[in-house]
Amino acid sequence: MTVSSSDDKLQLFGVKKAFGSNGVLQGVDLHVPKGKSLVVIGGSGTGKSVMLKCVLGLLSPDEGSIMVDGRETVGLDAKERDKLMRKFGMLFQGAALFDSMKVWENVAFGLIQGRGIDRREAQDIAIEKLIAVGLKEEVGELFPGELSGGMQKRVGLARAIAANPEIIFFDEPTTGLDPIMADVINELIVKTVKELGATTLSITHDMASARKIADYVAMIYQGRIVWHGPVGDLDNSGNEYVDQFIHGRAEGPITDDEKSGRYAA
Amino acid sequence: MTTETKENSHDMVDECVEGACSAVDYVLNACESIGETIVHLFHAVGTLAIFIFRSVTHVFLPPFFPRLILRQIIDIGYYSLPVVGMTALFTGMVLALQSHTGFSRFNAEGAVAGVVALSVTRELAPVLAGLMVAGRVGASMAAEIGTMRVTEQIDALRTLSVNPYKYLIAPRVIAGTLMLPILVLIGDIIGVFGGYIVSIYNLGFSPGNYLTQTWDILERIDVISGLVKAAVFGFIVAIMGCYNGFNSGRGAQGVGAATTYAVVSSSILILIFNYILTQVFFS
Repeated sequence: MTVSSSDDKLQLFGVKKAFGSNGVLQGVDLHVPKGKSLVVIGGSGTGKSVMLKCVLGLLSPDEGSIMVDGRETVGLDAKERDKLMRKFGMLFQGAALFDSMKVWENVAFGLIQGRGIDRREAQDIAIEKLIAVGLKEEVGELFPGELSGGMQKRVGLARAIAANPEIIFFDEPTTGLDPIMADVINELIVKTVKELGATTLSITHDMASARKIADYVAMIYQGRIVWHGPVGDLDNSGNEYVDQFIHGRAEGPITDDEKSGRYAA
Repeated sequence: MTTETKENSHDMVDECVEGACSAVDYVLNACESIGETIVHLFHAVGTLAIFIFRSVTHVFLPPFFPRLILRQIIDIGYYSLPVVGMTALFTGMVLALQSHTGFSRFNAEGAVAGVVALSVTRELAPVLAGLMVAGRVGASMAAEIGTMRVTEQIDALRTLSVNPYKYLIAPRVIAGTLMLPILVLIGDIIGVFGGYIVSIYNLGFSPGNYLTQTWDILERIDVISGLVKAAVFGFIVAIMGCYNGFNSGRGAQGVGAATTYAVVSSSILILIFNYILTQVFFS
């Protein structure tokens, strides 16, 4: 297991979150070094998305601490939270594009509405980002409904990196894509993140994606991190939960009941 | 007592105890479900109150989104005009016909113009416009915002440093509250015009007399009360549409339910507030 240090960009200590009697996160400890990519793997319903939403401030944890650049982020007021959000970029599982807006407006949205950048200048940045993720300039004039799933993910990625964020979050970046398109997206993630020098936190259950984009991997199980280490150690983790998960075995300590998503989160 | 009699009496005691237990269970279950309903009710009222407070706060605090407010004004005001206009026209026409039938029994046909004018301006235009807009606009708001919730677009807004209350809710509340009075004012004119057409061309009234009677009976408060009601109804429609969409459940079923709740709750609230405001203005 890796140990938290002062070089960490993002740290979670004992984060707990319950919905009624359903304890989804039961004390998550995690840290991401500056400029590195951490991928959290785990089955459906193990609390990955809830953990990500807690870090993003979309959910408030019941207990624990979430630090960004060594500063506590739990319980920030609206103004401070707004300032913090400017450091973040996020690629949602379904891309979450605004379907009433053109593609370029989607990419430029955070720049225009969130940061007050001039519309024309924001459009230029949006086009530049669209090209950076392998889309043509003309795509900017289309609406999200006119794009394929892979193209929507690219647009989502362009939106996530539009404001050159310090930390980028990826929620199941390859879900719903064919293996080739999934690999293209993984390549794009690695390339764009390297260019930005950003720190990333991703959640996925796609092992090919995890191996491609991760510097470090953590496994979440029953709302706790059960293993955390460099991606190179994944195959020799010595952790029976990790072994079962990465090899996709039905037999092992992760029971069928737990795999079926006891925590509907 | 024989052994058999003893066993019988034991059975009877057991049955009585079981009967008492099931009666107690029944009462406890009933109490539990009543308690649960009350807790849910208070929770819903509390959640709605917080939502209204946040929405109204963001209506008055910058930054404002004039393009979005304009878009909502066009959607709520301009596109609702045909529906409200048709409703007002036929309501005024029917009112003239029915009141003429009633008043002719007392030789009081002359009261038709006054009844049409007062009924339309005080009650029918604001209430019917409110209900029509609740069906057209409230449902669309709930469906649109509910879909945005389900597809994580509202979360995306937050991650892009945009407050969803300011961006999604405030423009709709502003447009709803401003546009319904304008729609009702137009509805008033069309409704009275509907009564005029039927009275002149069907019931044989003199145009000059009809207009004079209408003008004489109408007071400023009749129109103003209708417009105040309309503003309240517009606020109710927008808030309930946004609230139900914002708190929509997962999937298509969740969005469908949110749309239904938006229309039903705003329609009921319109009827309740119509009574309260009438009491305030005219009691």
